[in-house]
Amino acid sequence: MESTRTHELGTGLFVFLGFAALLFLATQTTNMEQFVDGSGYRVTARFSDVAGLKTRAQVTLAGVSIGRVESIDFDNDRLDALVTLRIDPEYNRIPDDSDASVVTAGLLGSKYIGIGPGGADTYLSDGSEIQITQSAIVLEDVIGRLVFSLSQGGQGD
Amino acid sequence: MNPFAALAGSLTHSLRKLGAVTLFLLDILRRCPAILARPKLVTQEVYKSGVLSLVIIMTSGFFVGMVIGLQGYDSLSRLRQEGILGAGVALTLLKELGPVVTALLFAGRAGTAMASEIGLMNATDQLSAMEVMAVDPVQRIVVPRFLGAVISVPLLTAIFNSIGILGAWFIGVAVMGVDNGEFWTQMQEYVEPADVWEGVWKSVAFGVTAGLVAVFEGYHSPPTAQGVGMATTRTVVTTSIAVLILDYLITAFLL
Amino acid sequence: MGPSGTGKTTLLRMITGQLRPSAGSVRVAGQDVAQLNRNELYQLRRRMGMLFQNGALLTDLNVFENVAFPLRENTQLPDSLIRPLVLTKLNAVGLRGAASLAPSELSGGMGRRVALARALVMDPELILYDEPFSGLDPISRGVVLRLIDMTNELLGLTSIIVSHDVEEVAAIADEIHVIAGGKVTASGTPDALRESPSDLVRQFITGAPDGPVAFHYPAPDYRADLFGGFE
Repeated sequence: MESTRTHELGTGLFVFLGFAALLFLATQTTNMEQFVDGSGYRVTARFSDVAGLKTRAQVTLAGVSIGRVESIDFDNDRLDALVTLRIDPEYNRIPDDSDASVVTAGLLGSKYIGIGPGGADTYLSDGSEIQITQSAIVLEDVIGRLVFSLSQGGQGD
Repeated sequence: MNPFAALAGSLTHSLRKLGAVTLFLLDILRRCPAILARPKLVTQEVYKSGVLSLVIIMTSGFFVGMVIGLQGYDSLSRLRQEGILGAGVALTLLKELGPVVTALLFAGRAGTAMASEIGLMNATDQLSAMEVMAVDPVQRIVVPRFLGAVISVPLLTAIFNSIGILGAWFIGVAVMGVDNGEFWTQMQEYVEPADVWEGVWKSVAFGVTAGLVAVFEGYHSPPTAQGVGMATTRTVVTTSIAVLILDYLITAFLL
Repeated sequence: MGPSGTGKTTLLRMITGQLRPSAGSVRVAGQDVAQLNRNELYQLRRRMGMLFQNGALLTDLNVFENVAFPLRENTQLPDSLIRPLVLTKLNAVGLRGAASLAPSELSGGMGRRVALARALVMDPELILYDEPFSGLDPISRGVVLRLIDMTNELLGLTSIIVSHDVEEVAAIADEIHVIAGGKVTASGTPDALRESPSDLVRQFITGAPDGPVAFHYPAPDYRADLFGGFE
């Protein structure tokens, strides 16, 4: 019966190790927090252009991640993008006149939402809408405009 | 010989084998519920196929991780992007390398052992003796081994992946000096839960494949010494091909 | 009985229902084996025991568990009942002391005796022996022979022995059927067969190298074959 016991012990250890590894992969390699707790409150913001923004992108305030982009929808009537942000519950004192902009990490990096705090005494809460928004800067547009102004400047001289 | 006839012949042979394997799988699945009443038979097989494969899986995982870490660091440092090493390693391991390499190693270590064990039981009339004793050899011998593989492979894959990531961390962070924090946060930034799941689904599918091929080849091997030897060879060959084809199909389906 | 390759083992496998006859039928205890469904066949098999040529012990179980195997798989008996059942059967074949050995530690004769204990443990009504004497030394042969005779007498079961060991079988059999070329060529008591007018039966019993079962495999003319290459 000695061998039975080592078998059981070995098997138990193996299964434990396997599940521990799964847990490690699930928690350490990926950011599960928004799945672990879907809590927090949701605010919306409208942008005329969200090119490159993806769901689950970060929402930051002063560079600190305070939430995630939950959904990006197109509004058929107003022809703009309706972005729903889920803000973690502990950040419950963001002034409701704050602005939101689509920001690029680095020159070519991924897009995220940056919140610039306002000065109002009332705070954003579940269902409120951020009124002041700045759309994504599309690099091609910037370059196009740059080239255009440069060439105009050249003619003016 | 006419090459077309040869081609048609091998094609019908493959199709027939595919059909036989599928029928065998149905046979096994039909008998699975009965064996759940005797979980001890299954845990014993988990030990034989899982625990005994641990050493090879962990060693390989660590070295595979170190190699990806080294190659990844070399490539990424040319782009000044060493920071995303963790993300690259994790994605490579979780989505592709982990499930595939684990399944291939499993076929070589445990699949061959399973095939030769069952083949030998067949060659020495043990399966036949069971039938005469009114014991269904598929239920008593084949099903527990199949289930053992189905349970072991996903767990082995998770262990392989974890050790592999640690191996890459060792090379990238401890040896090459990539920032520790950046290694992990970039990984968490880019790896989606769906990527982890993709790997889990793959490993389950590969476990079914590796287990099924091994028990099929063992059970249907000619009852001779040569037949048993051929069964082990075919187990490795068939599992490898099936796993790689399946890997493509699952990837194409999930992406 | 009969020469090698005439289908003796095949016949046994048809009795156990592992093979289906392509013509004719096999009736065991009044039931046509080939007509039974899976459950009925398994029910019938519980009333049979079979001793395989090389014992066919399960290699991953020890001697005790091998003998206990049919009980554990087919009954719900508690350990307290299985233990005496197994040990009495092992004692009957003289191997109670070997209960904890692995099959690989047994000699050929011991393995055969354990297999006999296993075949008997379900108290079958019919027991089939496939070449029980082949590959054994004279002592083991004598032991197995005595055990077969004893179990047959004491337990009052029907025994079918497939063998080509003339002396051993003649010593214990009530009736011998000689099979050759897929046919029963002679039947009768051992004494009657010794007096048989059939050339084949005589060849088989005396072990003559040539006769109805030819020494030479069918071949073209020897002289023509030898020098054929030069023409």
